[in-house]
Amino acid sequence: MVQLDSPEALESFRQEILSKRDPKRPCISICAGAGCVASGATEVIEAFKAEIEKQGLAAKVDTKGTGCPGFCERGPVVVIYPEEICYLQVAPEDVPEIVSETIKENRVVERLLFEDPVTGERAVHESDISFYKAQERTVLCNNIKIDSRSIDDYLALGGYSALTKALGEMTDLEVLEEVKKSNLRGRGGAGFPAGRKWEGSRNAPEPIKYVIVNADEGDPGAFMDRALLEGNPHSILEGLILGGYAVAAQEGYFYVRQEYPLAVENINLAIKQAEAYGLLGKNILGSGFDFKVIVHQGAGAFVCGESTALMTSLEGKAGEPRPKYVRSNVKGLWNKPSVLNNVETWANVPHIINRGADWFTKVGTESSKGTKIFSLVGKITNTGLVEVPMGMTLRDIIYKIGGGIPNGKKFKAVQTGGPSGGCIPEDQLDLQVGFDELTKAGSMMGSGGMIVLDEDTCMVDVARYFIHFLTDESCGKCVPCREGLRQMDRILTNITEGKGKEGDIELLEELSETAVEASLCALGKSAPNPFLSTLRYFRDEYEAHIKEKRCPALSCKELIAYYIDPEKCMACGMCFKKCPAGAIDGEKKKIHIIDQDKCTNCGTCFEVCPTKFGAVTKISGEPVPAPVPEEKRMISKKTPSKESQKGK
Amino acid sequence: MDMDKIDQIIDKHHCEASSLLQILLDIQTENNWLPKEALGRISERLEVPLTRIQHIVTFYKAFSLVPKGRHKVHICVGTACHVRGASRILDTVEEATGIKPGETDLEMKFSLETVNCLGCCALGPVVDIDGKVHGKMTPVKTSEVLKLYE
Repeated sequence: MVQLDSPEALESFRQEILSKRDPKRPCISICAGAGCVASGATEVIEAFKAEIEKQGLAAKVDTKGTGCPGFCERGPVVVIYPEEICYLQVAPEDVPEIVSETIKENRVVERLLFEDPVTGERAVHESDISFYKAQERTVLCNNIKIDSRSIDDYLALGGYSALTKALGEMTDLEVLEEVKKSNLRGRGGAGFPAGRKWEGSRNAPEPIKYVIVNADEGDPGAFMDRALLEGNPHSILEGLILGGYAVAAQEGYFYVRQEYPLAVENINLAIKQAEAYGLLGKNILGSGFDFKVIVHQGAGAFVCGESTALMTSLEGKAGEPRPKYVRSNVKGLWNKPSVLNNVETWANVPHIINRGADWFTKVGTESSKGTKIFSLVGKITNTGLVEVPMGMTLRDIIYKIGGGIPNGKKFKAVQTGGPSGGCIPEDQLDLQVGFDELTKAGSMMGSGGMIVLDEDTCMVDVARYFIHFLTDESCGKCVPCREGLRQMDRILTNITEGKGKEGDIELLEELSETAVEASLCALGKSAPNPFLSTLRYFRDEYEAHIKEKRCPALSCKELIAYYIDPEKCMACGMCFKKCPAGAIDGEKKKIHIIDQDKCTNCGTCFEVCPTKFGAVTKISGEPVPAPVPEEKRMISKKTPSKESQKGK
Repeated sequence: MDMDKIDQIIDKHHCEASSLLQILLDIQTENNWLPKEALGRISERLEVPLTRIQHIVTFYKAFSLVPKGRHKVHICVGTACHVRGASRILDTVEEATGIKPGETDLEMKFSLETVNCLGCCALGPVVDIDGKVHGKMTPVKTSEVLKLYE
């Protein structure tokens, strides 16, 4: 094993790796991220390996499972280098054709390419796909190019060059200055300037200091940190080492959520590889700087994403937050100065050191610099991870990159910032994304979850959902959060179940105010946000639920009834057969009727009714029409197919 | 659970009180739940009061103080899955298995849990059974998938 004892040694080692690699050699990269694996990527990787072997190409072609490039909607994603041909939704059956056509004959398999839904044009390269075109990918771009388990892959792409630059040419203070100048703000939620946090730790008198990666990504619907941890762990590790150098820390920690076992595995492996090369440990690259890194797993508590709770948990205790009279960068883990930054923040650091603060500040808005990864999910055509420059409008993200709302539905709102964030309605879609811009609109950046909601989503239910989530996750230390949220959850649940009463909204507002004022940590302080922001923009929906017992989105189970439109029912029997409650009465040529007393509102009939009939409908806020009298239930009308035959 | 195995895990973490969480996680992974004797052993060796261990194992969701069923059903109720109808999937599973989240049926066949995001939002609503992710679920599909497990 090579031990790299100076920046020069690392650079020459990099050249050695590169000289052994032929840039023209075909390489098949298959995304092995969580989304693609769930769509069958593991089988695709196996199929490629077997097929390459079978066709006798093993010596000429590389195959690797890589990190997530973000286009989860169309997974499994396969990119073939050096041409960068991008195939989507690849199944094991497609593999023999790809190998014989593309690898052997250099021909493109048209049917697996991305087809633009508007123009119908096919895109051969990743960069031609509309989903990627409007993005600016600094942090995510290497995910599909490297085998996340190979440090040599990372080195071949210029990895650890920021470290050689910092240790070889810069003093620790210069590194700190550069990060400060870049105005990099924390990507985990609050957006605190990273450089200022680092400086506070550096200037603290305690000689023992820590740097910590917050990889306890708990926001439901956000998985960008997972993609980086699993796909490009060395980029985060390099950032952490640079941070350790800048604040003069001796130890670093990764606090990874227990639900991400692959991330834990990849980070542990990355640390071992870096240690073996001498990029971690004593006297790194001959600079005299000693640094070691330890991985800790969380145990399933959302509150541990909060800085002080995370540090308490690292100490082996129940993760309850601590007061911040003295900030944790001065008195944190074991009461020592501790810099805690999010995964994405750390992953930005090597880029800033490599290319300079001036390069970084060129992108973004006045107060938010650089790019930000969002996880675009919910009622959106292209679900996935998108990295965009700060300052892009929500409209561009949702329509240009996300491809808009599927199934011809209407956009209603976008929820940003995770459970403590807020909803932004359609008339504010031209808002530029940035820390301060989103806060002004009553939401927040948070870790970058972006959940698109359409007309079928009930806003009261969304608020109830998040408050319920936070009630569950409240650690119980502060009464306004523990008890106040519980009451809010009860009142909101009542409203969605048609048991809301006059005065509920005012009571919810009062509870919100107390939680915001009197909770210790950010969880409680921001917990009422989902309620407050939906009330701000969708008050009419709250009132419809309370006053008219009506759910305008036809989504709240207790407030809707299913009804078969006798005019549209063709007596096909689908709903009759599938109804789990046996609530549907019908037979051949006889209009089907739902027995409202037996119906459990499960929605199965609505789901199975053929779209060409669309006979099952939802009704809310008004009585269900009386069933068709028995004598009129026989269908005497011609079925549409017969009618159309007649017309011919 | 065999005491030697517990001791091995404790030794792996150098018997340090700060590694309490990591030790408990390892035992949970190994054994699927935390028997009372295991907690007693940890308390004794790490010199940590049992009350503090109880505090920790009831605070964090990853730990279970009761045995788990043969098949672990995790229903994602993350935001993306929620807006795509995860609650109806949960209703279906509750109906089919007769258990609520956090419970295990009497035959020890299924343990049901809800989780807050599995990171495959493009496939929502998703159900994870024994580590295999089933995507784009509907109530009808869910009942069919559950029938595959014995």
